[in-house]
Amino acid sequence: MENFNYYRPASVDDAVKAAKAKPDAKYMSGGMTLIPTMKQGLASPSDIIDLGALKNSGIAVGATVVIKAGTTHAEVASSADVKKAIPALAALAGGIGDPHVRHKGTIGGSVANNDPAADYPSACLGLGATIHTNARKIKAEDFFTGMFSTALEDGEVITAIEFPIPKKAGYAKFPNPASRYAMVGVFAADTAEGPRVAVTGAGAGVFRASALESALGKGFAAGSLTGAAVPAKGLNSDLHASAEYRAHLITVMAKRAVDAAK
Amino acid sequence: MDNGTGIGARVKRKEDHRFLTGKGNYTDDINLPKQTYAYFVRSPHAHATINKIGTSKARNMPGVVGIFTGEDVAATKLGGLICGWMIHSKDGSPMKAGPHPILALGKVRYVGDHVAVVIAETREQAKAAAAAVEVDYGVLPHVVDVADAMGHKAQIHDVAPDNRVYNWSIGDEAATDAAFKRAKHITKIDLVNNRLIPNAMEPRAAIGCYDTGAEHYTLYTTSQNPHVARLVISAFHGLAPEHKLRVIAPDVGGGFGSKIFIYAEEVVCVWASRFVGGRPVKWTAERTESFLADAHGRDHVTHAEMATDADGKIIGFKVHTKAAMGAYLSTFSSCVPTYLYATLLSGQYNIPNIYAEVDALYTNTAPVDAYRGAGRPEATYVVERIVETAARELKMDPAEFRRKNFVTQFPHQTPVIMCYDAGDYAATLDKALEIADVKGFAARKAASAAKGNYRGLGYSAYIEACGIAPSAAVGSLGAGVGLWESAEVRVNPVGTVEILTGSHSHGQGHETTFAQLVSDRLGIDINNVSIVHGDTDKVQFGMGTYGSRSGAVGMTAISKALDKIEAKAKRIAAAVMESSPDDVEFKNGTFTVKGTDKKMAFGEVALSAYVAHKFNSAQVEPGLKESAFHDPSNFVFPAGVHIAEVEIDGDTGVTTVVNYTAVDDFGNVINPMIVEGQVHGGITQGIGQALAEGAVYDKESGQLLTGSYMDYQMPRAADVPSYKLGFTCTPCPSNPLGMKGCGEAGAIASPAAVMNAVTDALGVVDVPMPATPHVVWKYMQHLKKAAE
Ligand SMILES: Cc1cc2nc3c(=O)[nH]c(=O)nc-3n(C[C@H](O)[C@H](O)[C@H](O)COP(=O)(O)OP(=O)(O)OC[C@H]3O[C@@H](n4cnc5c(N)ncnc54)[C@H](O)[C@@H]3O)c2cc1C
Repeated sequence: MENFNYYRPASVDDAVKAAKAKPDAKYMSGGMTLIPTMKQGLASPSDIIDLGALKNSGIAVGATVVIKAGTTHAEVASSADVKKAIPALAALAGGIGDPHVRHKGTIGGSVANNDPAADYPSACLGLGATIHTNARKIKAEDFFTGMFSTALEDGEVITAIEFPIPKKAGYAKFPNPASRYAMVGVFAADTAEGPRVAVTGAGAGVFRASALESALGKGFAAGSLTGAAVPAKGLNSDLHASAEYRAHLITVMAKRAVDAAK
Repeated sequence: MDNGTGIGARVKRKEDHRFLTGKGNYTDDINLPKQTYAYFVRSPHAHATINKIGTSKARNMPGVVGIFTGEDVAATKLGGLICGWMIHSKDGSPMKAGPHPILALGKVRYVGDHVAVVIAETREQAKAAAAAVEVDYGVLPHVVDVADAMGHKAQIHDVAPDNRVYNWSIGDEAATDAAFKRAKHITKIDLVNNRLIPNAMEPRAAIGCYDTGAEHYTLYTTSQNPHVARLVISAFHGLAPEHKLRVIAPDVGGGFGSKIFIYAEEVVCVWASRFVGGRPVKWTAERTESFLADAHGRDHVTHAEMATDADGKIIGFKVHTKAAMGAYLSTFSSCVPTYLYATLLSGQYNIPNIYAEVDALYTNTAPVDAYRGAGRPEATYVVERIVETAARELKMDPAEFRRKNFVTQFPHQTPVIMCYDAGDYAATLDKALEIADVKGFAARKAASAAKGNYRGLGYSAYIEACGIAPSAAVGSLGAGVGLWESAEVRVNPVGTVEILTGSHSHGQGHETTFAQLVSDRLGIDINNVSIVHGDTDKVQFGMGTYGSRSGAVGMTAISKALDKIEAKAKRIAAAVMESSPDDVEFKNGTFTVKGTDKKMAFGEVALSAYVAHKFNSAQVEPGLKESAFHDPSNFVFPAGVHIAEVEIDGDTGVTTVVNYTAVDDFGNVINPMIVEGQVHGGITQGIGQALAEGAVYDKESGQLLTGSYMDYQMPRAADVPSYKLGFTCTPCPSNPLGMKGCGEAGAIASPAAVMNAVTDALGVVDVPMPATPHVVWKYMQHLKKAAE
């Protein structure tokens, strides 16, 4: 790992100011993704701006569920409010990585990172969440722009994620056997505007499976998905799974997500 | 003596408190004054010439103390790494061992090959400067798959133009062919034994130091056999004679075989210290380096055929194996696919005719050498997969087909060298059938089918040869060393005991089991016994730990030394108690004189031995210290029956081991808890091989695709069931303790049991390992189609 300068600002404004002042600064939240990439030499930022002093964790449930960016996966997984409002979201958070990762890693870090195999992006897209930043509010549809890329501008910092509360929703993850990230993860929600199905792990980035959504239009039940499929073309193909296998798993996991939906 | 800590007691491991509280003393925990740090420049190519190494930029980087290349090593006339077991091809020619310099000379042969070393004040500085070393490579064609290696255009070593190291055979080919002609049925199978990466918890590490005054070297290293390391570095590399080189292997965090070998990095550290003014040179492998440059295991491609007669008896067995050696011959690599493999092809069966041929081949990959089981898992895999397949083809119950062919008379001479000394294979089978509730399997399978899942049952009736090994026998087969073990027992004046052993504990629990033996024999508290190992200055000589030899060979040496201690102590006790040694008896820690009420405790005799006031020291020498060397007369033959039951998710192909039964015959057991732990670990590693682990090199680029835990799947606790264990016991006749070995059995037996279960569930002959969900999904498509 290369040397870097370290800052720990106490406010969002100071954080943004510090980031903008440096050409190659990086925010650090839980550090669970950033630090491993630095150790491997895949990132060597000149400056680290630790968001740990912002006191930006917490969950508020009203008409929507608002989770502040610095909230750890463990906090979301164990939150009685989240379990009541969107049980699938708590379950998803409880299935990320291992206990160490869940106690350090944060929702803001995960969403900002937009790893194509991360779990949270599927919940954001599947529920139609809104990403709050220091500057604006971005719809999930517009936020995730491709592999590891987002609509965030330089120095823009995520402050919270706001999730509408669905009628019911479920998440089913098929973990990569080695890394335990999602090889295929499907978030299925029955929402006010109809069924939404978001898929992570299978493509270059999280995406909505329109074929499955229209199948669920017949009724939000696993049986509706029989015969429905996402085409294999364009899906990831690697050591662990071919595109065909991933396409097959998307339907299987979608059925399981719908079955598990609460 | 039954004091709760003797032989057979479930004593908690004495070493665990220190390990679990982070107070172990591993090589990387050691820091010496004026220490420097080494970082290796490694080849990014699978195969290339080195045209030029530019070091001037790197030399000017901050903190750099020295940079060395293969040419610098060659200039000091240091020898290269060796392979210590000579194998001759069936045409009589010796194996073709290419040079293996500790830093590459002229050519690199795999991704990760050691090209140059940078030594600096800090690890970071060394790493940064290593990145600035400019190597001009001329990329050559490469071959990474053993199946393709023979005669490939990538020619890895000049001495082996077709990449073949040897073409070795065992058994009687003509007699076997004749048996096949008589056969009623012939079963054929093609199998791949997947390449594994050892993944010891502690990565390899070394600190080399040269004392410029005494002209003496010290090497701290992660070794399973420090004396062998010293011998090789002295006698073959020629660094310094043995009395000028001390090798210390302190606490070592797992090896599984991968820390037997003498590696380049360790030798470089101790060599280079002299050229940086005697400053200690430290290196600790990064996990990536462990993946790239630890010796890997397995990597066989095999075709096998088994002949049976009308009565369902096996009458002939033919095997052809291609075994990957990797880019260089590692220390013991040559014996693994030969004498540790094909000598076990008889399994637990009475097979009158066996013929096997092995082609060992270079590939542009990390070297392959012994890994938990070393040859014996590969043999068991071939035997148990084909036996199961034969039973299915003959429509016989696989358990009964095995029983019909079991060896029942002992000793039993197989056609492939080994002479089995004791066993009761039917007894282990019966016990396993009962524990596994095989009778209830049909109902469980039906229940799985009702859920749309596939359930299968698989057996593995393994045998292995360990307690390595009779020196004369291995010598006649090409070994460069003898495989006896040594022990020294030092009784202190206060009656406490130090055992110096040539065995090396790196997870096995010797500090506990060896102390149990002493506690049992001398009737003293287990806490009054300490085990000293891993330092060539303390222990005179030893062959180390591998091949499940520390019990059968290492403890037998201790037992022999304890015999001498007892005899000497009796003479001292007799002298003090003024009686004849023949009248002195020793039991439960007390010396008594027959027919009198005279007695002395062990501690009193120990003190008398050193005070030496109370006996005539002209007749009895003072002191109480004895040593012994033990050379076994035979291998030991643990055997057992493992039964795996798997359930495959009909939607996803995920295989779950739902039941796993292991019934093992390890002879007499010192500490059942530790033995069970060894079995648990071994089975888990074997399930890892069957369902999860597999090193993959990219055919096109030669890069290791599974170079981290993101892509290399280790088995996790959640991936395995709670094992059901059982034991039977036929004591080993060739050592006084009646012990066999238990360290490798689990890893030897389990891959075949699991894959027999997977293939049973899917109704196919073979599914390649690792049977990941994706692989199984592909192999279950025929069932899905049939169901539609
Ligand atoms: C062993 C292991 C297993 C894992 N398994 C999984 C898994 O199964 N599923 C899964 O989804 N994830 C997994 N992860 C990733 C984990 O969830 C990370 O915690 C998460 O991806 C990043 O969160 P973080 O808080 O650690 O972010 P950091 O590592 O601190 O930051 C990640 C990136 O986001 C940026 N960033 C952080 N916070 C903000 C912010 N508020 N605004 C703007 N940018 C910001 C940083 O600059 C950086 O580029 C795993 C990680 C590890 C180490």
